[in-house]
Amino acid sequence: MTLEARDLHFTYNGQPVLRGLGLSLIHGEITGILGINGAGKSTLLRCLNRILRPQKGVVLVEDRDLSKLGGEQIARLIGYVAQSQEREPLSVFDAVLLGRKPHIKWQATSHDLDVVTRVLRQMGLEPLALRPVASLSGGEAQKVVIARALAQEPHLLLLDEPTSNLDLRNQLEVMELLMEAVRGQGLGAAVCLHDINLALRYLDRLVLMKQGRVHALITPAELDAEIIRQVYGVEAVLAEIEGYRVVIPRSASSRSQARPTTPLRT
Amino acid sequence: MRTHPATLPAPRAGGLGDELISRYGAGLRRRYLILAGLTLATILLALQAVAVGAYDLSPLKVLMILLGQGEGAQSVVVFNIRLPRIVAALVTGWGLGLSGMVTQSLLRNPLASPFTLGMSHGAAFGAAFAIVFLGAGAVSTSALYSAGSGDFMFSSLYAVTLMAFAGSMAATAVILLLARLRKMSASSVILAGVAMSSLFMSGTILIQYFATEVEIATVVFWTFGDVARSNWREITILAVATFLISLYFLRRRWDLNALLAGEETAQALGVHVTRLRLLGMFLASLLVALATAFHGIIAFLGLLAPHISRRLVGGDHRLLVPCSGLVGSALLLAADTVGRMLLGSGSLPVGVLTSFMGAPLFLYLLLKRSRL
Repeated sequence: MTLEARDLHFTYNGQPVLRGLGLSLIHGEITGILGINGAGKSTLLRCLNRILRPQKGVVLVEDRDLSKLGGEQIARLIGYVAQSQEREPLSVFDAVLLGRKPHIKWQATSHDLDVVTRVLRQMGLEPLALRPVASLSGGEAQKVVIARALAQEPHLLLLDEPTSNLDLRNQLEVMELLMEAVRGQGLGAAVCLHDINLALRYLDRLVLMKQGRVHALITPAELDAEIIRQVYGVEAVLAEIEGYRVVIPRSASSRSQARPTTPLRT
Repeated sequence: MRTHPATLPAPRAGGLGDELISRYGAGLRRRYLILAGLTLATILLALQAVAVGAYDLSPLKVLMILLGQGEGAQSVVVFNIRLPRIVAALVTGWGLGLSGMVTQSLLRNPLASPFTLGMSHGAAFGAAFAIVFLGAGAVSTSALYSAGSGDFMFSSLYAVTLMAFAGSMAATAVILLLARLRKMSASSVILAGVAMSSLFMSGTILIQYFATEVEIATVVFWTFGDVARSNWREITILAVATFLISLYFLRRRWDLNALLAGEETAQALGVHVTRLRLLGMFLASLLVALATAFHGIIAFLGLLAPHISRRLVGGDHRLLVPCSGLVGSALLLAADTVGRMLLGSGSLPVGVLTSFMGAPLFLYLLLKRSRL
């Protein structure tokens, strides 16, 4: 197990956001964190890498208690992709080299440059390496951010909505690159997502959050209309199209007439 | 079995990777060459600056004098009159350029600088307060020399410097507090700086109301920055502080780069953002306070130098830290030398010239709404 969080409590401005949440992440698996806006998904990710300090609870990564580690030690264990990203006035190479910061003592070594080059190649960014980040498209820039997190050589990746501003093609590309990296290198990973269909297609496990707690911890195959109704307050049907399970929402109101949720096979 | 990159021997990127690294290295070397060229240009400018003046000297002669080959009168002109103001311009320019770059990077605000945030005016207010109310005043040539005797007064030096620092820190604290309490836009932070400047200027005028004629003359002297009133003791204090603070920011260059990617990302990369911001602003305030206590308000230099530097070497703080200092040195020395050449006798206060250069840039940045 790469990460284990127990009994996390976090309160913001007197409002409890996390209420005794527990979670574990496994090497080589991507866990999706889903839930409505305000369910505490982003707060959970930030508490997992101690950008926010939970008022109660413990987070262990590779059996090491994060509360006893310094910022750079945590950064050597956990790579984090924030939801909102700045376009730094640097080249793609330098932006990814920033991921080596937790490892760099005074200046970047040839090993650091090798890691950056390897990650750039892995993410298909090598042709863009010397271009300014500011000149990239949204999809390319998002790959740079993920490349920077991979350049940290972390044991664990935490990603907050990595596909939210991307077009369909880039969403698929980013998710596939992530899967390759996580499974190929045996990392643990947690991804906050709003797109349930993307989660069903790519993720290994789903954590559905409701009111600061884990409402359900399931595999994508176990997701059903009842859980969706309980978590999102939305009536939906699940269908299987060309081998992929998809959620088709019908109404935002739980009082609406719900049709039977028998899986539709085409 | 799980394989983790951290546990594997470092794989070589190889082939195309090596080519990429060599192209990246070439780009980096090119920017370091620009830095080296700038250093050389500043040295040549300094030699020329020593040569310029009523007592005519060639740059070659200056070099000979500096190497100890000069005659009595020439050595006096060089070592006692010209060299102090030139070294003062270089050190003060470096300090203001660096502190401008640091405030811009830490507040992530391209309009920030010691002058536009009110730090310079805060320092001038503190200095005026020390001169008038703490008896640290002064004669016409230097506020830090005691009236009549011309002896250097340590108590005056420390009182003026400490109060200048207190004033500069007060402005910094208000800016940091406002930036923290409310998510203010870059322009709003500058408006807060304008308000702080006005407040401190009014305070300085109020102090003058209670002052004697000599004290008023000294305080007014502060309003136009000038490096002419330098002595080696002040220069040494400023140089040591500037050197140590430059080392700190060089040590933190990767942290400053990480901050470019956003606060959360910087934190996730191991940067203690709050500590970096507070300590960084504290040290920048200290530099501004020393520069202002010794040489008055030198407007806009802290805004000009970092922006010119970014054009020259880009946004990477590995180069930007030394380049902002160096451009600040070159600009202040050039402005001071031009000021000396424009007037046949005496010289134009350097703060006037930096205002002429800086104000249009400030307006341009406001219109362009540029980002770091």
